[in-house]
This record gives sequence, structure tokens and C-alpha cells, in this order.
Amino acid sequence: MANSWYRYASPASFHPVALRLAPVFALAAAILAIAGLYVGFVVAPTDATQGEAYRIIYVHVPTAWMAMFVYLVMAFWSALALGFNTRLSAMMAQALAPTGAIMAALALWTGAFWGRPTWGTYWAWDARMTSTLILLFLYFGVMALRGAIDDPRRADRACAILTLVGAVNVPIIYFSVRWWNTLHQGASVSLTAAPTMAKTMLAGMLLMTFAAWAWCIAAALWRVCAIVVERERGASWLAPDPALKGVT
Amino acid sequence: MSGARPQDADGERDGALAGLAWALARDLRIALRTRSELAVIVAFYAVVVTLFPLATTPDRNTLLTLGPGVLWVSALLASLLSLPRLFAADFADGTLEQMALSPWPLPAIVSGKIAAHWLTTGLPVVLLAPLAALPYGLDGDAIGVLGASLALGTPILSLLGAIGAALTLGVRGAGGLLALLVLPLYVPVLIFGAGAVDAFRAGLGVDANLSLLGAGLIAAAVGAPFAAAAAVRIALD
Amino acid sequence: MLEAHDLAARRGHARLFSGMGLRVRAGEALVVTGPNGCGKTTLLRVLAGLTLPDAGEIRLDGERRAAGSPELRAASTYCGHAHAIKDDLSARENLASLAALSGEPADDAALDAALDRVALRGRQALPARALSQGQRRRIALARLALSRRRVWILDEPATALDGDGVATLEALVAAHLERDGLAVVATHAPLALPAARSRSMVLGG
Repeated sequence: MANSWYRYASPASFHPVALRLAPVFALAAAILAIAGLYVGFVVAPTDATQGEAYRIIYVHVPTAWMAMFVYLVMAFWSALALGFNTRLSAMMAQALAPTGAIMAALALWTGAFWGRPTWGTYWAWDARMTSTLILLFLYFGVMALRGAIDDPRRADRACAILTLVGAVNVPIIYFSVRWWNTLHQGASVSLTAAPTMAKTMLAGMLLMTFAAWAWCIAAALWRVCAIVVERERGASWLAPDPALKGVT
Repeated sequence: MSGARPQDADGERDGALAGLAWALARDLRIALRTRSELAVIVAFYAVVVTLFPLATTPDRNTLLTLGPGVLWVSALLASLLSLPRLFAADFADGTLEQMALSPWPLPAIVSGKIAAHWLTTGLPVVLLAPLAALPYGLDGDAIGVLGASLALGTPILSLLGAIGAALTLGVRGAGGLLALLVLPLYVPVLIFGAGAVDAFRAGLGVDANLSLLGAGLIAAAVGAPFAAAAAVRIALD
Repeated sequence: MLEAHDLAARRGHARLFSGMGLRVRAGEALVVTGPNGCGKTTLLRVLAGLTLPDAGEIRLDGERRAAGSPELRAASTYCGHAHAIKDDLSARENLASLAALSGEPADDAALDAALDRVALRGRQALPARALSQGQRRRIALARLALSRRRVWILDEPATALDGDGVATLEALVAAHLERDGLAVVATHAPLALPAARSRSMVLGG
């Protein structure tokens, strides 16, 4: 049992599986997103206080969640990579970083668009927005460090340490920014909708959240495949597989 | 051989202390012989503090509001400027290899280096702060709070910065990369540090801010040397 | 006895060597030669515990030791390309500092003797920046003169040394082997080591 799981820890056996799973998740993401957007933009009622503008939360909230969650997953793979020296975990962490950065950027972008009609400004120093911005900087740091080191094995371990240090810091950063926020301007408008959310609103939000999940998984799997191909290009198991043509 | 274990633990602790003391003494001695490099850091701090009123306004009330933040951001930048000194020279001349191969634990040696780094770059900034705070119109008690927050916070900057400095050893564009890696991690220190002075001026207690900085200092002092030592080993690989 | 089995190492994407084994007995020197870039330095760094091998294991006296483990560190002295010499410290301070760092602190008399041995006594108070490359290398030799570690790992120790310096180096290694120490030496310049006690290995042939 344990043995059969270990099998997938090797890039050689994981690669074909990932290559097959990625389109499945991508398709699921597309279907869920279409359904979620339909529910969110057509079926769900207009918000009593915020009008139509609130509908951007169907994109904003799921991406903001994923931005935070992807970092935690990245930290998990980094810990495995450092602890057990497994190549695949490091590749997973590497593959997740751009996805997480895109999620954080999307959350900030949609947040700005949501803030304009709601607060009358693109950027307010809201605690959540500010922490997401700093999270985006952390993603940039990991990606920049990766890009600056030539030796992939050294890059793996250096990025793993940085990711873990960042992961310890993320809650502290979040707490400190909230602390700063309450000291200076009191509670700002909360970006999450009112607690009495209509059922259809909740359904739309859930659908979009699952869509974001599926898309992150699909993107990460595809990127892992590309990383495997790039790193193991010398290895014999890669050469005869015709399925690879589309990846590189 | 049943008595061997406690002796080993003692030996390990002695080794850690010896390694820390060795690195501290050696780095302080070298720093004293290259005093001009240290003066540059302090002068940089003074210049940055001077630039902010020129970029904004000499208005007393505005400066009073900006003051704590400016002094803290300047301390942060001065710390950043001094970080490459921490490991780069030892990395280039091979001393870091010998440290990694020493029978003393590497995290202890790294701790000693960080302590020396703070004493030579962080402490001067703390001592200069009262003088730098005067043009911003901070009064005696506020300056005291600022000094306390800097005294607790700047060692955290050295500790966290050491991780970044070790990670960027021998890497392309190390200077800019170091800033990108380290500055986001500095955010909580900046908030609690500058916030202490703000809270004091707003008539709120400063205990919470200073306690949080103290807790952060303890956590960083325990954890950061291990992370930095691991990063040093990776850089040498 | 120092052994390595089935070692593999790479730099970046390039494989330097794999399936490499070696064995050095007490009182024996292994001289590693080979063209530039064949992996001599990497092999020595793996043995010293600075570089993690891709595969393989290192055994000290038959016991398997993880690369860079405390036992391995406590048994060996590594002398690399870089001399670990601080420009701002004097020759004597550098030597004392390195000796303490490697866990073999030396008293004044021992320092005097070691500096005498490498003919640096007269210049011991000068900051190292005033010394020539060869003289700086001699500080590294003085450190070897102080070292009683069993395993010496020397990477191009003769670089920048003059005839006298090379002779001192050879005498130091010979005395080390005489004490039942063992040495792994990577070198381009042929060294006159006791023939009965030294073997050579060519990398990347």
C-alpha cells in the first residue's frame, strides 16, 4: 500500500498521471466557472446596499482564498522537499508559485475594481488587501530567488527555506496589518458580503471557489509536467513517450 | 557508557557557546578594523532621515505624524544596506566553508555573527535615534518609546535579514533580490515598532506593542539562526 | 580508513561522476588527478561534507556517515581553493582564529612553531592584505602543521607556493602519514610523497 503511493513520488511515474489528470481538472474548472458565473451574474439577486457592483466578489473572494491557500500548500511541499529530499515535492512547490501569484494579483485587481464603486477609491489600506499585497511580494520573492539560482537542486532547497520562513510570517503579517488597521482608521468596509447571504449568492460563491480550486490544480499539474520534462531531459524514460510533444 | 549522554549534551552546549563567542569576537575585531564601512551605514541613516522633510514639508505637525514611521523605515533601509556584509566576505574567502566544517554547531556560529552584526550596525542606529528624532519634533518620552522599540526591533531585522543574506549568497543580482526577499518579512516589525510611538502619542499604552516586539525577538532569536545556517549550507553545496 | 561507495555528483544539469568508489587506509595518501572540470574539487567537497552527493555513501572506519555529519567533521581538516584568510587580521591572528574554529586551539608556543615551520614568523604581525598569494597559502600550511586530525582533504595545496613552500607541504603530508593519518589530495603539480604510502587516481579519463 505504502509502496504503491511511493511510486508516485518519482517524477517518472508521476508524469504520465499528471499529464492525464490536468485536462480533467481544467475541464472541471471551465464547467464550474461557467455555472458559477451564471448563478452569480444572472440568477443571484442584486445586493440591497451595494447594488450590482457586489457581483465582483464571485471572482474576488475565491481568488483571495486561493492566494492564501496555495501558499500553505506550497509550504507543505517545501517542508516535504526539505525533510525527505524528494525531488517531486520541490517541483510541486515550484509549480505552485506562479499560480499563487496570479491568484493574489487577481484578488487585488478585482478588489480594486470592487473598491472603486463601493469606497470611491481603487485602493484603500484595508487589512485584507494590504496582507494580500504583501503575500504577492512573498510570491515574487520565491519566484525571483528561483530565477536567480542556476542549479535546480540548490534552487529547490533555497526556495523551500524561504517559503517556510514566509509561511511562519504570513499569520504574523496578517495579524500585524490588522492591528495597524484598527489603530489608524477603525474598521473599514468588509469585503466579504453580509452574513445574511442569499442562498443563490452562496451557491455562486461555492461554485466559483471550486472552479478556482480546479483551475489551480490543473495549472500546477501542467507546470509540474513541464518542469519534469525540463529537468529530466537527460533521463531515458522520457525519450520514447510521444505524449510529451504537446508539453515542451 | 550510560554516563555518556548527559556529558554529550553538556559538550554540545559548550560547543554552541564557544562557537557563538568565537564568531562574535572575531567579527567585532574585524569590524573595529574596518570602521569606515560602519560609519557609512550610520551616515546613510542620517541622510535618509534628512531627506523626508525635504521631500514633504517642514511643517511641524506633519513631521510629528511622519516622524516615527520615517525613523523606522530609515532604520530598516540601513539594516538592509548592511546585510550583505554579514556573510558575503566570509563566503568569498572560504571562511564560511571552514565554519560549516567546524565541530561547533553552525547555527551557533551564525548567531554570533548576527550578534556582532547588530552590535556594529543596529546599535549605532538605536543610539543615533534620539538625535535623529529631534528635527521631527518628538519630545523626550516619545523619543524614549522610539528608542525602546528600535532596541527591541532592530535585532529582529538582523536576524530575519541573515536568512535573506544567506539565501542570496553567490546569486545573480544578490543586492536587489535581498531587498525583495527581506522587506516583506520586515512588515510586522515596522508596524509594531512605529506603532509603539504612535500609540504612545495617541495616549494608548505601549506595553502591547513592546511586548509583541519582545516576543518576536525571542522567536526570531530561536528560529532564524537555524534557517540561516541551513541556507548557508545550501549556498556552499 | 575512509571509504566511499557508488558516489555520484552533478553540477547543474551536468553529471560529473557516478558509481565512484575509493578507499584510503590509515597512513596512506590518495592523490587525485585529472583534467580541469572533471570533478576533483566536487569529489573533495563531497568527502569533506560540504556538497551533498546525488547518490552513494561515505564510511569512516567502516561506519556509514552522512555527508557533513559531526563525526566526519570532527575527524577531518579541509583545505580548499580559498584560504579562509581575512585581509584585516594579521597572519598570526588568522592562524589562531582558524585553529580555534576547527576545534584545535593552539597556544602561543604552538603558533610560533607553526609560523616558523612555514617561514612566516618574521611577518606574523602584518595584516594579511600585505602578504603575497604564496605567503597567504603558507598560512594555510601553518594550519596543517597544527592539525592532528586523521583525515586531511587538500584541494590543490601547492598552488602559488614556491619550491621551499612545496617542500614544506610535502614534509607536512609525509609526517601526517607517518602519524597514521590519511590524506586525499587533488593536485595538478606532481608532489613528492613517500611512494610506498601514496596511490593515485585519475578522474574523468
